[in-house]
Amino acid sequence: MARGIKDKVAIIGMGCSKFGERWDASPDDLMMESYTEAMADAGITKDDLGMAWLGVFFDEQNVGKSALPLSQALRLPNIPVTRVENLCATGTEALRGAVYAVAAGATDIALAVGVEKLKDTGYGGLPERTKGTFEDLWQPNSTAPGSFAQLASAYAAKHDIPMEDLKRGMAHVSWKSHQNGVKSPKAHLQRTVEMDAILDAPMISFPLGLYDCCGVSDGSAAAIVTTPEIAREMGHDNPITVKAMQLAPSNGVEMSHNSWDGSYTLTTRIAAQRAYEEAGIKDPVKEIGMTEVHDCFSITELVVMEDLGLSEEGKAVTDILDGKFDATGDVPCQIDGGLKCFGHPIGASGLRMAYEVYTQLRGRAGERQIKDINMGLTHNLGGIPNRNIASVSVLGRHKD
Amino acid sequence: MSDIGITSYGAYIPKKRLNRKAIADANAWMNGALRGMGKGTKAMCNWDEDALTMAVEAARNCVAGSDTSELSALYFASTTHPFADRHNAGVITAALNMPEDIRSLDIGGTQRAGTSALAEGLAGVGNGTTLVVAADARPAKPGSVQEMQFGDAAAAVTLGAENVIAKYLGGHSVALDLIDHYRAADGEGYDYALEDRWVKEMGYDVIVPETGKKALEKAGLTGADIDHFVMPTRQRRLDGNMAKALGVSPDAVRGNLNPEIGEAGTAHALVMLVDALEAAAPGDKIMVIGFGQGTDVLIFEATEALKTLGARRGVAATKAAGTEENIYTRYLSFRQILPYEWGIRAERDNRTAQSTFFRKRDSITSFMGGKCEQCGTLQYPKTRVCVNPNCQAIETQVDHPFADMPASVKTFTEDNLAYSPSPPYLYGNVAFKEGGNIFMEMTDFEPGVLEIGTDLKMVFRIKDFDHKRGFRRYFWKAAPADNS
Repeated sequence: MARGIKDKVAIIGMGCSKFGERWDASPDDLMMESYTEAMADAGITKDDLGMAWLGVFFDEQNVGKSALPLSQALRLPNIPVTRVENLCATGTEALRGAVYAVAAGATDIALAVGVEKLKDTGYGGLPERTKGTFEDLWQPNSTAPGSFAQLASAYAAKHDIPMEDLKRGMAHVSWKSHQNGVKSPKAHLQRTVEMDAILDAPMISFPLGLYDCCGVSDGSAAAIVTTPEIAREMGHDNPITVKAMQLAPSNGVEMSHNSWDGSYTLTTRIAAQRAYEEAGIKDPVKEIGMTEVHDCFSITELVVMEDLGLSEEGKAVTDILDGKFDATGDVPCQIDGGLKCFGHPIGASGLRMAYEVYTQLRGRAGERQIKDINMGLTHNLGGIPNRNIASVSVLGRHKD
Repeated sequence: MSDIGITSYGAYIPKKRLNRKAIADANAWMNGALRGMGKGTKAMCNWDEDALTMAVEAARNCVAGSDTSELSALYFASTTHPFADRHNAGVITAALNMPEDIRSLDIGGTQRAGTSALAEGLAGVGNGTTLVVAADARPAKPGSVQEMQFGDAAAAVTLGAENVIAKYLGGHSVALDLIDHYRAADGEGYDYALEDRWVKEMGYDVIVPETGKKALEKAGLTGADIDHFVMPTRQRRLDGNMAKALGVSPDAVRGNLNPEIGEAGTAHALVMLVDALEAAAPGDKIMVIGFGQGTDVLIFEATEALKTLGARRGVAATKAAGTEENIYTRYLSFRQILPYEWGIRAERDNRTAQSTFFRKRDSITSFMGGKCEQCGTLQYPKTRVCVNPNCQAIETQVDHPFADMPASVKTFTEDNLAYSPSPPYLYGNVAFKEGGNIFMEMTDFEPGVLEIGTDLKMVFRIKDFDHKRGFRRYFWKAAPADNS
């Protein structure tokens, strides 16, 4: 009977490129940046790698199909490489492949790299693409801000919260991430923003304003994983291990069934419950020391606090304004700036989140170091509220 | 011989009403005479409407509450069929779930195509019930008189031999190649019109009274018997003149609706006919005249059944639900006369995989979803596996039509980022009262009006254009529910 992934795989090295408008870098350059850092961190050479996973979302926009781009850019020694894509959970999906390969005993040391080059479109925003030959005939030509904005109108109506109050809660989410991003040297945006500026910003898609939306960035992140035994042999006494990795995709209920009311993410709730069980977490607020969640839009982070069980139903706005998820709060969220400030190169994001948790657990976070941190949670939500993939992962230390 | 005639009616006037003053303000600099015409409003299609979508709405209003599988023919009259070679009437039959075994016809080429279609429909009633729908959304050159006068609208009637609300007494048609105006099949696509007085004196004066007299003779009537005189025209007092020449009382001459909705081309005679039916009492005689390189005259008599027909969405209902439009350049943009810079997001390629569209035509044009026979859940699209998390049965769904189901807003947004020919782009999750949810576009809402819970009804509209390949595709959208 399967017992989950807890403590079966250790992360021995991670890397992360500078995120931002990397006019100077192509996908190859970005992959090399995160890969070389991860390899140095792990203290291994290329010949130690058994298998690799590449996460890229917009293959047609930048990197191209198949896993060849990774093998070619890094000149890997013809080891198996798999390209994965699961919308914004792509980076986590790459890590998941590497982790399961090691847990299965199929290889000793595996590499996961996520990369995305979004800034060659010629404009600010995600490229317009077909949704499928049938889907294009009936679905709206929605944008990401427009689709997530709908969470806000539904959430406000359901919990009877005046829109001005919800706007303030959303604004605090962005304000807090900007405060954090200043201390994050690799982040795309490193400047603070005042609450008034956020509240008065131009409306992108009602009720999301400019500062409620994360921008578009280039970047790459990488991880090297192995078994805890091999990690010990390499000199890591108490390696960072994966405690849980769960994925929950929509199956049509949100799109076609009346049971979903539009005000929360169903898949996050399912993935979180499974992840807590897998990791043995009984009291998330007490046991989880930090979260990196999918703040593509401030409203997403807001409802996800409830979907992860960190806030009670309808209480997220109050908790947020009380500072519960600020850097000095009970469960700091987006300590590195989040998608909002660190950036969201889609294929890399899941790995960048793991990178921050790993960095915090290794005590290397400098100015933004969280004291006494033992476990961190990462969350992705790829797609739109009514059709998406949620991933919830937990990292901790092998012996804690 | 049993009575044949009209058995039901419907009409559709688009919501938007362009203030003629807005046109005059913009254009008077190049033709001062336009100032004098800058009064009242004209009905204008939204960016996602055309003659075909209007025809679908008028036809839906006409057949609401009846079984469309009983219809045996559909005639679609227009001079602005969106396709020159792709059967337009067949899109209407699919949108209305009419049987595939049906006679269908596109009729055009003249401003009297609407009345001609009526005449043909009546001639063919022995072969079952016919739905005749006329719609027009004509182009007009900026600064022209036509631009002031043309409106967009549609009307539909069913013709049969049972439960007749207006029996056909007789009529007459004449073909005469008097080119009062023309629009070439290729070329610039705008009307070229000749002098009004010549058109009246050599056209109307010559053939309308003569044809009208022949029609009256066949009906066994005189002009004095006519209670409702229906004659579209853009020339002042011309309808009164023709009535007089036929011995019809001036009180019988019906207002032509031009001041509020403009003159809707080949649809207008049927729009005015529906307007007359809404006002007629049993026994009233109605004379309908179409003019366009010839003339059609048809005479009807309202029956007792007209009173028991029940409320229909015709001219009164759809004329009332108007919203003012004061931006002339928006009208020009909707008409694709003014090419705005829409930005890179508008560069999206909207190529249609026709084989996919054909495979899924029931879902798309007929708006068929699925009903799970195991648990009763309504869902869109219809799928192989039931979406109800407590059911998930396989191959249990039967076709279920969504077009007439009431719905409301579950979530929505007003998106300023997405490309839309009429920003902001409105869309959201639409919850159907009897079950089912669809993530879909909303239309005909002004910004700032949508709320969670707003009542919605489904309308047939243009989904998007493929300008590169000269195609447009259609789908359903959520619009304000009737009387809202």
